[in-house]
Amino acid sequence: MKESLYQYLLLLGDNAMILGHRLSELCGHGPSLETDIALTNISLDLFGQVRNYFQYAAEVKDDQEKTTEDKIAFLRYPHEYRNVLLVEQPNKDFAFVIARQFFFDAYHLLLLKELCKSKDEQINAIANKSIKEVKYHLRFSSEWLKRLGDGTAESHDKMQAAVNYLYPYVGELPSESPIEKEMKEAGIGPDLGVLRTAYFAQIKSTLAEATLETPQFFGFHSGGKKGVHSEHHGFILSNLQYMQRTYPEMEW
Amino acid sequence: MNSLEKNSDIAELLVQVSDPEIPVLSIMDMGVVREIERDGQAVLVKITPTYSGCPAMDTIATDIKITLDRAGYSTTVKQILAPAWTTDWITERGRKHLEEYGIAPPLDASADKSVLLDGARIVKCTNCGSTNTKMVSQFGSTACKALFQCNDCLEPFDYFKCLK
Repeated sequence: MKESLYQYLLLLGDNAMILGHRLSELCGHGPSLETDIALTNISLDLFGQVRNYFQYAAEVKDDQEKTTEDKIAFLRYPHEYRNVLLVEQPNKDFAFVIARQFFFDAYHLLLLKELCKSKDEQINAIANKSIKEVKYHLRFSSEWLKRLGDGTAESHDKMQAAVNYLYPYVGELPSESPIEKEMKEAGIGPDLGVLRTAYFAQIKSTLAEATLETPQFFGFHSGGKKGVHSEHHGFILSNLQYMQRTYPEMEW
Repeated sequence: MNSLEKNSDIAELLVQVSDPEIPVLSIMDMGVVREIERDGQAVLVKITPTYSGCPAMDTIATDIKITLDRAGYSTTVKQILAPAWTTDWITERGRKHLEEYGIAPPLDASADKSVLLDGARIVKCTNCGSTNTKMVSQFGSTACKALFQCNDCLEPFDYFKCLK
């Protein structure tokens, strides 16, 4: 049970960490000052949430090797990361960044609503803290989705292209892994089956509001939750882990 | 009587400690200090972050320790997450200091959304006091602020966004 809880915390934390890293790559490269600041603010919130999950994970682990939040974040191998494939997709244009963000935020908010009822006291506390921030994230991404989707012919086409490209990745978010099943049964995590229905309904209605079409697609990509990642993941880690690998145990 | 009232002498010392990003706002007025426990000279201060990723928390924890240690205490600072911080915990005095400093204090949850949706404009310009203001961005210079601009005097200003 202890090991499962630890793995579950990695699963929760890794999505936020890898997406937070992708957003941090945009620091100084956003299409305008305001969007640049917004994206990096969201990145900061996500990293704060990751720290909460990983500090707790280190506490749960409580092992001989004295696992710390930094070790969890920086010293795992690629197959030990549990993030979904959606969040590791590299930044392309702004429409792409917004589509990826919207697909994640919509799921994230639904998930946190459930985790706010978790029987695990600390996950419950982290969720109640994070949900306030994630409401702002979803508001930002869904409003841009609508503005671009229902904007000019060009912005509409770019937004639709981004949605079409990323849609095959959304199914992985609410698909239940063995760890999530175990957490559901222990009353710690939600029933992803129920969440899945709500998630797809929300995607459909927001895309419709943005005058965008929901792709007809059912063969979703997956593997991230098992530690099987896309090629992009290795490049993220080489960047993310550089300091700790080059100067082991450095602190600042 | 809560633990802050019971240890009001310590709470009084902590009034000097401010948010490094908003120096006019004392941590006591911001509501991040949740509990103070004392056992002789040993003091335990429990603080809660405003936002999960607030980079000021480490500095605040260090400042608390320095301030109390200097007064002869042996201080430990612990971070707690529940209950989650809300802008409702900012005191009247804190709100006044924010406004004088040029940051519009938080209103209710719908204030910035309302601006966005062409609803009632209620965020007051910190320069001229007009409520004819617009939101430039929901995310500002720090995690806790949104960026506004006054339509009358054209001054841009920060709004401490509502978190509930």
